[in-house]
Formats: sequence, structure tokens, C-alpha cells
Amino acid sequence: MEETLTFVTLTLAATLRVATPLVLCAMGGLFSEKSGIIDVGLEGKMLMAAFFAAATASLTGSAWAGVVAAIVAAEALALLHGFACITHRGNQVVSGIALNILAAGLTVVLGTAWFARGGQTPPLNDGERLKPIFFPVAGDNVLVYVALLSVPFTWWLIARTRFGLRLRAVGEMPLAVDAAGVSVAWLRYRAVLLCGLFSGLAGAYLSIAQNAGFSRDMTAGQGFIALAAIIFGKWRPFPAFGACLVFGLLDAVAIRLQGVKVPGIGEVPVQLIQALPYLLTLFLLAGFIGNAVAPKAAGVPYEKEH
Amino acid sequence: MQSLTAAAAAIELRGIDKSFGAVHAVRGVSLAIPRGSITGIVGENGAGKSTLMSILYGLYRADAGQILIDDRPVDMASPRDAIAHGIGMVHQHFMLVDTFTVLENLVLGAEGGPLLAGGFAAARAELTRLGQEYGLTVDPDARIADLSVGEQQRVEILKVLFRGARMLILDEPSAVLTPQETDRLFEILKSLRARGVTVVLITHKLREIMAVADRVIVMRQGAVVAERRTTETSTGELAELMVGRKIRLDLDKAPAVHGQTMLAARDLSLVDRRGVRLLNGVDLELRAGEIVGIAGVSGNGQTELLQVLSGIRPPTAGQLEVCGRVIDPAHPIDPAEMRALGLAHVPEDRLRQGLVAAFEASETSILGYQDQPPYCRNHLLDVPAVDKHCAELMRRFDVRPQTPGLRSSHFSGGNQQKLILAREMSRLPKVLLVGQPTRGVDIGAIEFIHRELVKSRDVGCAILVVSVELEEILSLADRILVMSGGRIIGEVAADQADERVLGRMMADA
Repeated sequence: MEETLTFVTLTLAATLRVATPLVLCAMGGLFSEKSGIIDVGLEGKMLMAAFFAAATASLTGSAWAGVVAAIVAAEALALLHGFACITHRGNQVVSGIALNILAAGLTVVLGTAWFARGGQTPPLNDGERLKPIFFPVAGDNVLVYVALLSVPFTWWLIARTRFGLRLRAVGEMPLAVDAAGVSVAWLRYRAVLLCGLFSGLAGAYLSIAQNAGFSRDMTAGQGFIALAAIIFGKWRPFPAFGACLVFGLLDAVAIRLQGVKVPGIGEVPVQLIQALPYLLTLFLLAGFIGNAVAPKAAGVPYEKEH
Repeated sequence: MQSLTAAAAAIELRGIDKSFGAVHAVRGVSLAIPRGSITGIVGENGAGKSTLMSILYGLYRADAGQILIDDRPVDMASPRDAIAHGIGMVHQHFMLVDTFTVLENLVLGAEGGPLLAGGFAAARAELTRLGQEYGLTVDPDARIADLSVGEQQRVEILKVLFRGARMLILDEPSAVLTPQETDRLFEILKSLRARGVTVVLITHKLREIMAVADRVIVMRQGAVVAERRTTETSTGELAELMVGRKIRLDLDKAPAVHGQTMLAARDLSLVDRRGVRLLNGVDLELRAGEIVGIAGVSGNGQTELLQVLSGIRPPTAGQLEVCGRVIDPAHPIDPAEMRALGLAHVPEDRLRQGLVAAFEASETSILGYQDQPPYCRNHLLDVPAVDKHCAELMRRFDVRPQTPGLRSSHFSGGNQQKLILAREMSRLPKVLLVGQPTRGVDIGAIEFIHRELVKSRDVGCAILVVSVELEEILSLADRILVMSGGRIIGEVAADQADERVLGRMMADA
């Protein structure tokens, strides 16, 4: 009995740990997408942030400096995305993919040049990491709580404030916002900056909280899973949070199932278990969510006539 | 020009000039609009009336000239400035967020603070007050997507009044309304005028201007060519001023000589993937030598009916017989086979379905027939033959400029439409489907297109015309069917129909 309880508790804690970067990333992406800017570059922003967090923490010895560096790095990419998609009305998917490629390459090049460890940053000691606050076993560092609070905060900002109303409007019908005398570009830039902030935190969590250092491609598609969570959640904060938890749970269970013999099947191959979250993503996106209702203007650059 | 204004001017424009590249859209326009009046601005497409109003609303900047509001010169750099000066605009395409409620749309851009709760409460109170004062009632918590077009327009007007506008510009406000909804709108405009609001109405419907406006300004080719009191002019005079020559608005045609049935639809239904019923048991018969008109408020299944009849979408139930061939869900057909049967289709949306904007006019002139001789030999296009064919069509249908090598997008709407009609009619089809034959086409071209359609009818073509313009249906059709909710809800012989009768049928459904 006690064993089961421990198993459940540990699995839940692990779920939360794994879901934290997804939740932060999803909330960031939600702001961007709600404003009509598709962001497939979440992955790249998170990766860049993870690298700069670990590199800065390692060089300065301060975890908090690492967090700040992560945010700055993610914001830089966010602004680049904004510059390409808002100011120059470029294709948002192309820009996002370009950012992902840029981040994947740049982190390795800079890592090799600065630390000469094959793209990795030096392992961080405890003083250079964000540590658990109450329960050492659970790994409840400050970013876990930030992630939990980010959900009601995102909901409140979008549903209850002037900024949120305009944000929703600009993602549905930018022309109406323009005609009301409100700047479409400035609204979208603010949304993209919020996205940078949250994906920066997600990246910092990966390299200086959950792990002790940066390794190449350490985001491993989590930015895309966050994007999928936004879609499953139909662009609403709480359902998107739920989707992140489902992915987290699947991942946590996968870790626990490794090496366990399932009656009747035998030992499940590790690779299959690790593929579960991705398979679920495919499966759900292929038609289990019905007609997802994306913001109508998502992906469409805003151009005034003439 | 001597102004007719006795009262103080709410808006005055002096020497406004605006060019877009080589196009001189507005040429030194000066006019004054008296406070508390309803002023109509009429003109053909491209006469510059919408551009002029966009300049007044701060959407475009004039190259030269001055805007005065209440006798003070102002700088209209953006719609924000216009709103601050008490100008509101109701656009032809509504600036409403579909997924928002009425209340959310109302406060957008005028929320009254960083948090919504307070703004919503104030807006609710203001909405009640405006509703009582002007008879503009609408449920504040209804979603825009669930409202009728007439109600959506009321929300647009409320939005403008909510922002404290004392001057209201309406761009083609009746284009999407039923006649009854239009009457309702005019009552609202009159009650606004009674309370001192200045109203400017941009339209090309002369009869409506005569019914509601005090004064009318006529524009042609970017300039103001006349200014009249509505009591001292007539639709005939205004039409002449707009076009610059005499126009015959009524079409005289001989009674139809019916031949055999060329197209018959029985219990035709169309259900889309979401399970929405777009067509609901349509029965329809079209005989050689007649023009059947389909009237109705847009969005009631007309588009889908044309798609099914032309073979673009297969019906989900029912049967269609075209020139002897039976089409049903088990025996679908594609548009090319339809054309081979002798059915031609002039689509509603010419820019998306009628032509390829980036193609040369000569290429547009053979679209759909590009694999047939003489245009195509051994899988290769015979370019000289295509050019010759296009030049011939252009001459016969008076398409201007007569340049087969010019890009389709460089022709005006009326000339594009004439080119598409020429393409389809030159094949002497047995059945001709025409969607919105004169949408966005100017009066001179409308006259021409109508005459050509009647000529085709007289040589035995069976023609189906779908139009949201009742006047057009009334002047063209021999029989009129009224569509609503994906169904044909009534039929009237053209000589027994008028706008009242049709409007009542459209509204009652």
C-alpha cells in the first residue's frame, strides 16, 4: 500500500517536473498565437535560452544571472521573429523554422568555441543551479511554481484585461483593431515579447534546474510538444495546461516503465516508450481534437490596403 | 462651385488631392457637409468616393489639401485622430470580431481602463441609453457570428456612437441588407439626424439616396461634378451625371419564348463535412430561351447552388439533369465534363474563380478551354491563335483596353467581367449560369452585360442568374425564385414581382 502511494507521489512529482518547461513554453506560445503570430520557433528559443543560462551560470557562478541571460537570449530571437513577421510581413512558419536551425547550430558552435566540450557546457555545481525549495525529492524549484502561476496569470491577462481583449481581437481581425485606432504592430510585438519571456524561462529550467548543464539539442522537440499542447487546448490556457500535464505524465510513466516487465508482453523496448509522447502528438493531431479553432488571422501578415 | 449649404459646415474639405502611383484617385476635391444633415456621395466604382472618405477618416493621407472640422483645420494622421474629432465610419465590410460578443466589440479600443470589468459595466449602461434614444436595440451578450447582417450593422453604428461620434460615414451600407433591413437602417439614420448627427452616405444606389438624403454630391473620375438637393433632382439626372452620358436603366426585352428543359434539379441537397445543411431539397427547372433569376440575401445557399449546378461540388442527395445527362451522388461530374455538355459558368467571385489575376488577358480568355482546338495543338498552346481569339472577344464585348497581352488584374472590374462573359458566351452554351453578373461593375458596363444576356436568351440559351441586387433580378429575369436557408421558398413571374414582394419573401423565411 505504502509502496503504491510512494509510486504515485513520485510519478506525480516527476510529471510536474517534466511538464514545467512545456507549460512555460505553451503559455508563451499562447500569447504569440493569440495575437496572430504562429510560433514554430518555440523550440529554438528554448534551446538558445538553455544554452545561455548554463553558459552564464557557469561563467558567473550565479543561477540568477543564468536566468536573466536565458530571457535576454530568448527575447533576442523573439524580436528577430517579430522583425521578420510583423515589420516585414514575412512568412511566420519559415521564420520560425529558420530560428530553430539557427539555435541548433549556434548553441553548438558557441559551446565548442567557449568550452571545448563537444558543444556541452561544464557541469554546474549546486550553487550554480536553481534548487528545490520545500521538497528536495520532488525538485520543486522556483520555476516550477512560476509555471503553475503562469497559467492563471495568462488566463487573467487574456480574458480580463484591456491588453487581452485587444490581443484576442488582433489575432481574429486585425483590421478591426486598426480601425479602432490601436496599433496592430505594437500589440503583436508585445505578444511576441511575452512569448520570449516565457520560453526563456523554460530554457533556463532545462539547463540550470532540471539538469546541471547544457547539452546539444537538449530540448529534444519539447517546443513542438508545447505547440501541440496549445492546439489540443484549443488556444485556451487551462486546457493547454492540462495537455502539458498529460504529456508530462506520459513521459514520467515512460521513465518508470523502463526495464519493467509488462505481463503478457515482456519488457517494452525503451525506444518505444520514449516515443510515446511523440506518437500521442501525432495521434491526437491527426484527428482526435476535432475542428480546432485557431485565431482566424494566425499566420496572416497584416497589410493595409494600398 | 457654389455651395448649397446654408447651415454651418460640420466637415469641410479643401482641394484634397491623392494619387496611388500613376492613378490619380482624387483630384482637388472641395466640399462642405452641413451639420445635422444626411449627405449622399454617389459615383461609379473608381470615382474616388471611398478614397475620399478614407482620407477623411485618416486611413490614407492626402497628397495635398486641407480638412476642416467645425471650421478648424485638423490633421488626420490615423483613424485615432478621426475618432478624436468625432468622426466615425461604418465600413462596407464590417470591422467586427466574429468570435466576440457585442459588448466586447463595442469597447474594443475604448475600454476605459486597463481592466475590462469597469469598462463593460459602463458600456452596458451606455448601450441601453443609445438603444432607447435611437431605437438601436441589440443583445449585448450575443456573439457577432450569431447575429444577422442587419444586426451586425447596428452594432457597427453603435460602436461609432459609443465613441462619441457626431459625424457618421457609411460606406455602401445597404449592399448586404434586405429591403426591410434597409428601411430600418434609414429610420435609424433619420433619428440620428434629428438629434444633430451629421451623416455621410456613400453608395451607388440612387433610389436609396433619393429616399433618405437631403443633399447629394456626385463624383466622377476623382472629381466632384455636381451637388444637388435631392428634392431638386432625379435618379435619371444623377445617373447621367455619374457616367457623363445618358443611361437607360430599364431594359426592354421581348417576352421569353420557352423551349425544352435544359437543366432540372430534383430535391438537390448539400451537406458539408461539419454536417451543416447548405442546400435543402432544391427543385429547379431551367428551359431554353428563358432567364431565371435567383434572389435572396447573400449566404442563403446561392453560392453552393451554383457550385453544385456547375459540377464543382457533387450533391449529397437528389438528382440533377443537365442536357440529358443525369448527375446524382452516385454519378458525380466535374466542371470540365459539364462544359462539354454545353454548360457555361460565370462564377460569383471572378477574382478567385473566374480568372487568374496574374495571367494575361489572352490566357484568361481561354481558361477552361485551353486544351481544345484551335488554342491547343499537340499539347502545346497556339499563342497567335489565342491572341487572335482574345482580340476578337475584346472587340465584340467592348473590353477596354483592347490589349490581349495585358495582365488580367490590370483591367477594371467591369472589363474583367466582360472578358469572362465573353469567354463563356462565345462558346454558345446551351445553359449559362451567372453569379452576380454585375458585382463591382459600373453602370455603363451593367447596361452592356444585361443586353448581352438578353441577346443570348433570345437565341435559345437557358440562363440562370444569381444576384443579390434585386433591381438586376427584376430587370433581367423572366421568372424569379427566392432562396433562403438553402431552399427555394417561392417563385414569382417577373411581371408580378417588385422589390416589396421579393423583400417580404426573403425576410419571412
